[in-house]
Amino acid sequence: MTVFGDTWDYLTTWANWTGDRGMLHLLEQQLILTVTALVLALVVGLPLALWLGHLGKGGFLAINITNIGRAIPTFALLALFVTADFPGVREFGPYGRAGLATLLALALFALPPIITNSYVAVREVPSDVKQAADGMGMTGAQKFFRVELPLALPLIASGVRLALVQVWATATIAALVAGPGLGRVITDGFFRTNYGKGIAGAIVVGVVALVLELLAAAAQRLVAPSRNGSSQDRDSSLSGAASTVAADVG
Amino acid sequence: MGAALGASADGPTCYSRLTNEWICRQYVEDFRPEIQHATIEHLEITALSVLLGLVIAFPLALVARRFTRLESTVVGVATGIYTIPSLALLPLMVPFTGLSMTTVVIALALYALTILVRAMLEGLRAVPDEVVESARGLGYGAGRLLFRVELPLAIPVIMAGLRVATVSTVALTTIGSLVAYGGLGNLIKDGVNSNFRAELFTASVLCVVLAVLLDVLIVLAQRVLTPWTRGVRA
Repeated sequence: MTVFGDTWDYLTTWANWTGDRGMLHLLEQQLILTVTALVLALVVGLPLALWLGHLGKGGFLAINITNIGRAIPTFALLALFVTADFPGVREFGPYGRAGLATLLALALFALPPIITNSYVAVREVPSDVKQAADGMGMTGAQKFFRVELPLALPLIASGVRLALVQVWATATIAALVAGPGLGRVITDGFFRTNYGKGIAGAIVVGVVALVLELLAAAAQRLVAPSRNGSSQDRDSSLSGAASTVAADVG
Repeated sequence: MGAALGASADGPTCYSRLTNEWICRQYVEDFRPEIQHATIEHLEITALSVLLGLVIAFPLALVARRFTRLESTVVGVATGIYTIPSLALLPLMVPFTGLSMTTVVIALALYALTILVRAMLEGLRAVPDEVVESARGLGYGAGRLLFRVELPLAIPVIMAGLRVATVSTVALTTIGSLVAYGGLGNLIKDGVNSNFRAELFTASVLCVVLAVLLDVLIVLAQRVLTPWTRGVRA
């Protein structure tokens, strides 16, 4: 099909990668955007969720916030932000037009899965282990940092990993409001019936998503090496829960 | 100077260029047919996608369960699909299916599928072994065992997955506006492009309302389908 020939041509033409509107610049823009949004969501969500999980309170909210978040289309959220007086389409840092709106929408998108996963992670630490910590005379802080956090880390890490890939994928939606990122290539090609270009953009986004997923998996293994044997099934069942909990593409 | 005032005899409505309010009853009344059309299209796309997802997920889950070696592949591919951005998947399909509702339905069905396969596998795995053994002892063949024993017992878990899939699909349908079949997403897109706040806000709220309504509907259906779960409590 000629479309795939066009795609190949677009991908192999160096001029399409360089320059201010080239794919490399857009890719960099989207990467920074993804990481910032994720960090923002982590800074806000992680302490809150871990604290609630440690206290064992607010479970209803912590778990249902993901369900609520899932029902709100990211596109609608982004559209509302862009149309409102604030943040509107104002530029923000390196993110270009509608940068602030995109950043906020993505951070809000990442927040629910991070909160729910981290809360569940701390709550799921076996109660006999917690009791043993109490019995050893640990204070609340000691129990949290020396017992709960290390045991919860694998699930927290898998939640963050899921959020990372999903934020990256969802960031392409910014193009629907003429915002930053690689989504531009997709929508540009699409609206000008240059399908080769559109598909080229889609491929680049998909490949980077895959690379991010692999990198995150490697990082996860570094931060929270999954122990073999008995913890294996716990790990898989929990990450299964995490993925059903966090599943939400833009 | 006075021309602007004369634009409408009964005063500026809340959705005029000047006021452009977010919440506007007048908009809902004046654009009722358009809103209805978009809502129905939204429901149609969501329902078709989830149904198609269910129809494909069921045999996949059965195959994955039967051949354990395939299970990790099926689950892996399902997870892989989820990392493809929706905005990328739609253009990828356009050369084959064109700017049609089919494009949107197939793409959304793929996403729903990933959640549903997992839920079905989990649900079937959660059926207690002794129940399966007793059914076998009673002379149940593979088919009857599946449809009369295992599936009914797996319904709660499958329904939980169906709820997640449905609610996400309602939200995702808005992206279909890229190929002009996005239900309420079309209104959202038009609202952004023409800075029409009432249209944008109304459509967004309707999206969330639709998601909640369908969620409640599935919960009710589950209560009807699994009367024994209520009997236990009573």
